[in-house]
Amino acid sequence: MTPSATPENAPELRAEGVSLGYDQSRIIENLDLEVIPGAITVIVGANASGKSTLLKGLARLLKPDAGQVTLGGRNIAALSGKKVATVVGLLPQQPVAPDGITVADLVGRGRYPHQGWFRQWSSTDDEIVATAMAATNTDQLVTRRLEDLSGGQRQRVWIAMALAQDPEILLLDEPTTFLDVTHQIEVLDLLLERNRECGTTVVMVLHDLNLAARYADHLVVMRAGRIVANGAPAETLTAEIVREAFDLEALITPDPVCGSPLVVPIGRFHGRAPTPQSPVIRHNPVII
Amino acid sequence: MRGTVQPGAHPGTMSGSTRGPATVADGPARVAASVLKADAALLAHARAQRSRRERRIVLGLLGALVIVGAFSLAVGAYSLSVPDLLRTLAGQGTQSENFIVLSLRLPRLTLAVLVGVAFAISGAVFQTVLRNPLASPDIIGVTGGASAAAVFGMLVLGFGAVATSLAAFAGAVIVACVIYLLAWRGGVVGYRFVLIGVGVAFMVQGLLGYLLSRAARNDAQGALLWLVGSVSGARWQDISVVAVVLLVLLPIIRLLSGRLRALQLGDDLARSLGVDAERTRLVLLVIAVALAATATAAVGPLAFVAFVAAPIARRAVGSGGLDLIPTALIGALITTVADFAAQHVLPGQLELPAGIITGAIGAPYLLWLLATSNKTGKGA
Repeated sequence: MTPSATPENAPELRAEGVSLGYDQSRIIENLDLEVIPGAITVIVGANASGKSTLLKGLARLLKPDAGQVTLGGRNIAALSGKKVATVVGLLPQQPVAPDGITVADLVGRGRYPHQGWFRQWSSTDDEIVATAMAATNTDQLVTRRLEDLSGGQRQRVWIAMALAQDPEILLLDEPTTFLDVTHQIEVLDLLLERNRECGTTVVMVLHDLNLAARYADHLVVMRAGRIVANGAPAETLTAEIVREAFDLEALITPDPVCGSPLVVPIGRFHGRAPTPQSPVIRHNPVII
Repeated sequence: MRGTVQPGAHPGTMSGSTRGPATVADGPARVAASVLKADAALLAHARAQRSRRERRIVLGLLGALVIVGAFSLAVGAYSLSVPDLLRTLAGQGTQSENFIVLSLRLPRLTLAVLVGVAFAISGAVFQTVLRNPLASPDIIGVTGGASAAAVFGMLVLGFGAVATSLAAFAGAVIVACVIYLLAWRGGVVGYRFVLIGVGVAFMVQGLLGYLLSRAARNDAQGALLWLVGSVSGARWQDISVVAVVLLVLLPIIRLLSGRLRALQLGDDLARSLGVDAERTRLVLLVIAVALAATATAAVGPLAFVAFVAAPIARRAVGSGGLDLIPTALIGALITTVADFAAQHVLPGQLELPAGIITGAIGAPYLLWLLATSNKTGKGA
């Protein structure tokens, strides 16, 4: 594997009283978050709760309107973009690629921050790219074109690119969206593997609460631009917090596979509360 | 490692992985190492293969350009044999040969090559930076702006040749600035830039029509050349201006190509790789506008050269990047072929402006692009 950070010397990424937004609209107000080095942090929350915005702020893609994001104690805005990019990588939710790009070319572009005016492509870059491709099981796709791949393969290629960047802190915005359940597990397993083997700090936004609870060492629950709960999944994913963050009644039970909290939504038509005679159904003739 | 626990999954690693499932004690590390090595070699091999392919294409294009160039210099009302042509180029020609080849045809060919390169690279940078195949200076009105300014200078202000060229340059720059400012919403997005550009192009066309309809017939004839573009009447001072601009700007584009490759992956990913997306885009667009403006100031807007050269190069080389040299050669090839055809396609001494030929080549491509882009969802 590539030499990477161990939890002890991984730089700390921290949001200190940051306010983030676009143009006039403020999404996040005065938020504090400490990313735990060497751990997997998963951010969950309803739509438009500011998860992606927070990731962008942490990765220096968005400049805070107030407060600061620090990396190893230094304000990230004062560091050079390239320097930050060797430590912090962000895989956006829907990255775009030019037509006709091959897998090897795309993964290789992750090496950009490690290259300079005088340090061009080297055999070390080749090795790191090869390692990233092996880790994501994309090493058979080297000369294939990205647009010819399936959704699952494509997502693994994007993750290979993020791994080729070789960041000590890897941020991912919904890496499992648009994937079927098999490929979701595959992607999350591969991130977990990277975290356990290389000590890469992982921060990702996930929609599936149960997968979030299973893969997270540390869970951040957001609503309307603020953090509702923050801690180990077993402590943060309670019925009260799910109600507060998602306006959803749910039953929490231990996951039979690994014991993490399993969120079972109740809804209006199942469980003890509404009966078939309830007036709600008569108001919904579409239901078959 | 997922990739390492699949024996034989990789053709290049058979020797290391045919032992079957690796034992916990010594297997994984060794298998991993062999997969690694084979893969790094495979990557290097794939890259070498591609650069060999690109070199072959570049050599082919150079050969074609030399042949077209030889035809352009040798064929005409006064045609030369190949030995005569070589002798003349070596400075041993007769007085009339020297005049025809060195004073009439060579400047014209040189200018055609240079503006072909300038238009092609300009279009390639526009299309790559704005991630849109329709984003090209001739489609979004940048060269149209040059035409309008030149015609305005000629017809209304009575400019001479040099002042008209300067007006053309200024017109291209002004139109580009207007589009950039109108498209700006805390950043510039490709499709908004293109839509506004197409709108501006129509406005510029309207202005041109107005100017021409008000002009006296003789003046309008001269102004017509600014509508379609032509490399006839090439002057060495025009050639040297275009050459200097190319010599300065092409190396800068080469230096920025790493950033451009990151920018192709979207603004978020580019920033995450440490590239200042907005500033890189602005710098590259300024360079592309300068290239298009210089070329238009020298020869007028040669329609579609900027638009088609980069896609053809991309198709030929098959890489997802900016293929600077193949694109430049294809641009040069298009303009030289177009100018040769413009001189000889009509019987007798009648000569067309080269811009009409490039337009005739480019328009079907635009239609094809519009017809096929919806199918794949990669169009504008």
